Amino acid sequence: MEWFLANSGMVMGLAGQHLVLALIPMVLGLVISIPLAQVARTHPALRSVVVTASSLLYTVPSLALFIILPSILGTRILDPLNVIVALTIYAVALLVRAALDAFDSVEEDLRQAAIAMGYKPWLRFVQIDLPLSLPVMFAGLRVVSVSNISLVSVAALLGVGNLGMLFTDGLQRNFVTEVVVGIIAILVLALLMDAVLVVLERLLTPWTRAAKASGPAAPSAASYLADANIHTGAAP
Amino acid sequence: MIEFQSVTKQYQGGQPAVDQLTMSIDRGSITVFVGPSGCGKTTSLRMINRMVEPTSGVITVDGRDVTSVPAAELRRSMGYVMQSSGLMPHRSVLDNIATVPRLNGVSKAEARKRATELLDVVGLASALGKRYPSQLSGGQQQRVGVARALAADPPVLLMDEPFSAVDPVVRDELQQELLRLQKDLAKTIVFVTHDIDEATVLGDKVAVFAVGGRLAQYATPEEILRAPANDFVASFVGRDRGFRHLGFTTSDAVSIHPVPTLVMSAGQFAGDPAGVTDWQLVVDADLRPLGWARPGTDSELIPGGSLFRPGETLRRALDSALSSPSGQGVAVDGDGKVLGTIRAQEVLGVIEEARQVRQAAL
Ligand SMILES: Nc1ncnc2c1ncn2[C@@H]1O[C@H](COP(=O)(O)OP(=O)(O)OP(=O)(O)O)[C@@H](O)[C@H]1O
Ligand SMILES: [Mg+2]
Repeated sequence: MEWFLANSGMVMGLAGQHLVLALIPMVLGLVISIPLAQVARTHPALRSVVVTASSLLYTVPSLALFIILPSILGTRILDPLNVIVALTIYAVALLVRAALDAFDSVEEDLRQAAIAMGYKPWLRFVQIDLPLSLPVMFAGLRVVSVSNISLVSVAALLGVGNLGMLFTDGLQRNFVTEVVVGIIAILVLALLMDAVLVVLERLLTPWTRAAKASGPAAPSAASYLADANIHTGAAP
Repeated sequence: MIEFQSVTKQYQGGQPAVDQLTMSIDRGSITVFVGPSGCGKTTSLRMINRMVEPTSGVITVDGRDVTSVPAAELRRSMGYVMQSSGLMPHRSVLDNIATVPRLNGVSKAEARKRATELLDVVGLASALGKRYPSQLSGGQQQRVGVARALAADPPVLLMDEPFSAVDPVVRDELQQELLRLQKDLAKTIVFVTHDIDEATVLGDKVAVFAVGGRLAQYATPEEILRAPANDFVASFVGRDRGFRHLGFTTSDAVSIHPVPTLVMSAGQFAGDPAGVTDWQLVVDADLRPLGWARPGTDSELIPGGSLFRPGETLRRALDSALSSPSGQGVAVDGDGKVLGTIRAQEVLGVIEEARQVRQAAL
C-alpha cells in the first residue's frame, strides 16, 4: 500500500498508457468489423470465408505477433504501433463474429417491414439494422475490452509501456508488492471499462428495458467470454 | 386499379409459386386473396410492390408497369401491413407511424403531428404514442401497423394476414374497424387471409387461390358461397357455407313478436313457480334484456343468447333464435331496448322464400 501511494503517479501514468493501447484497437476493430460483417452477411459465399479467417487469426499467439509485426510493418520493436496493430487484428477476429451474430439477431420480419416501407439499403442499415443489433454487439464489445486489456500486458515483455511493466519489473526485482499492484490495477481497469460499456449500452438501447418480460432476449456475453479466456490463457 | 397480366413466379428449383395469374383489382375496393397455406398469396401480394419480382408477366398500377417506377418510391406509395406487426422496437409508436412521411422528407414535427391524428383514426389514445411497441397489446400493435401504413396517405394498401395473430374477439373488432375506415378512405386494399370467414366479411371481391398459385375463382363473396366454381372452392369454402351465405341476405321479412317481460329490481324478479306462463324475458329498468325466466321456476335467471337488431342479416337472426334458451331470439333497438322476439321457424321460412325467389330468377 505504501509502495502504491509513493508510486501512484507512475501507476496512473502506466494505466493511462494501458488504456490507450487497449482502446484504440477496440475502436479500430469495430470500424473495420461492421462493414466486413455486413458484406459477409449479404454474400453467403463470403460468410464462411470470413468466419474461418477470423477464427484462424485468433489462434496466432500474441507474443509471436508482437515480434513478427515490426518486420512486416518496418517499425522498431518498441514502437506502440506494433501493439495497436496486433490488438486490432484480435479485435477484428472477435468482433466480425460478434457483428455477424448481432446482425443475425435482427428479426427478418423487421427487415421485410423496412423494405416494404420503401427504405433504401444504406438508410435501412443505419436506421434499422445497426441500432437493433446493439444489444448483441455490446456483448461482443465487452469481451474485446476485457481481452484487449489483458493482452496489452503481454506487450510489457517487449518494453512497451503499460501496467504489465509492473509484473516484469516486480518479477525481476523479486518484489511481490509491485506484481500485486499490477494485477489489481489491470483488474480495476478492466472492470471500469466494462462498467463504462454497460452504461453506454443502457443509454443507447432504452427500448430493451421498456419491454420488461416480452421480446426476444439478446444472447449473453458468456459464449464469447469462453473463447476469450482460452485465448488469454494460452497466448503469452 | 391493379392489373396482373399472365404473371408467373417461380422460385429457384421448384414448382411455380404463382402460375399465369391474370386478374384486375378494382380501385377503391377491398379485394381478398384467400387460399390454403403455400398457395402463393404472399408472393402475389409482394409482386405488387416489387418485394418479389415476377419471373414473367406484367403488373400495372393505374396502367403503369410497376417495374417502371423505382422500387423504394413505388413501395412508399403503397401501405403494407403484415401478420407480425413489423413495428420497429427501438422507435416510439409515434415515430413508427411517422416512418414513411419521414422517408419522404416531411419534417419531424409535421410527421409526428400527422401520426398523432392517425392514432385517433385507428382508435388509439394519443397517450400511447410515446410508448415503445413492446408496451402495447397485440391488437393495439396491429392498429399501429394500420396507422403506419396509412401515414403517407397511399392510394393502395397491401395487407398480409394482418389480423391472424390476434384472438377472435379482437380480430372481429379490427375487421369492423377496417370496414369503418374504408368507408371514409376508399383505398384500393388487397388483403391476404387463409380464413374464408374473414374473406367474406371484408371482401368486396374474393380471389380463391388453389395450390400452385392458380386462381380458382374470383367473384363476390356472396357468389363464392352460393355458387362455388369447382370442387376445390366448394371444399375450401367448407361445410358451413350454406349458413355463412345467410350473412348476405337481409332479415327484413322476419317479424318481431311481443314478449312477456319481468322487470328486475334490486337484483330480484318475481318468477312464476306455478308454471302457468310461457318463458318470460327478464329486463332491467331501461328495458334492456338480462336473461330468461323459465316457467315453473322461482327466480332463477337463465343467460340469454345473441341479440338481434332489425336490419341485420338472416345469419344473425337465425343465430339469435338458435342460441336462445327459450327458442326465441331477442330483438333490440339501437339503445339496446327490447323490441320483441323472433322465432327460428319463421326465420327458416324466410330463408326458404328467399331461395325460391332466387330459383325463380334463374
Ligand atoms: N423466398 C422463397 N424462396 C423459395 N420458395 C419460396 C419463397 N417464398 C415462398 N416460396 C414458396 O412459394 C410458395 C408460395 O409461398 P407464399 O408465401 O406465397 O404462400 P402463401 O399463400 O402466402 O402461404 P401462407 O398462407 O402459408 O402464408 C410456397 O410453396 C413457398 O414454399
Ligand atoms: Mg403468406
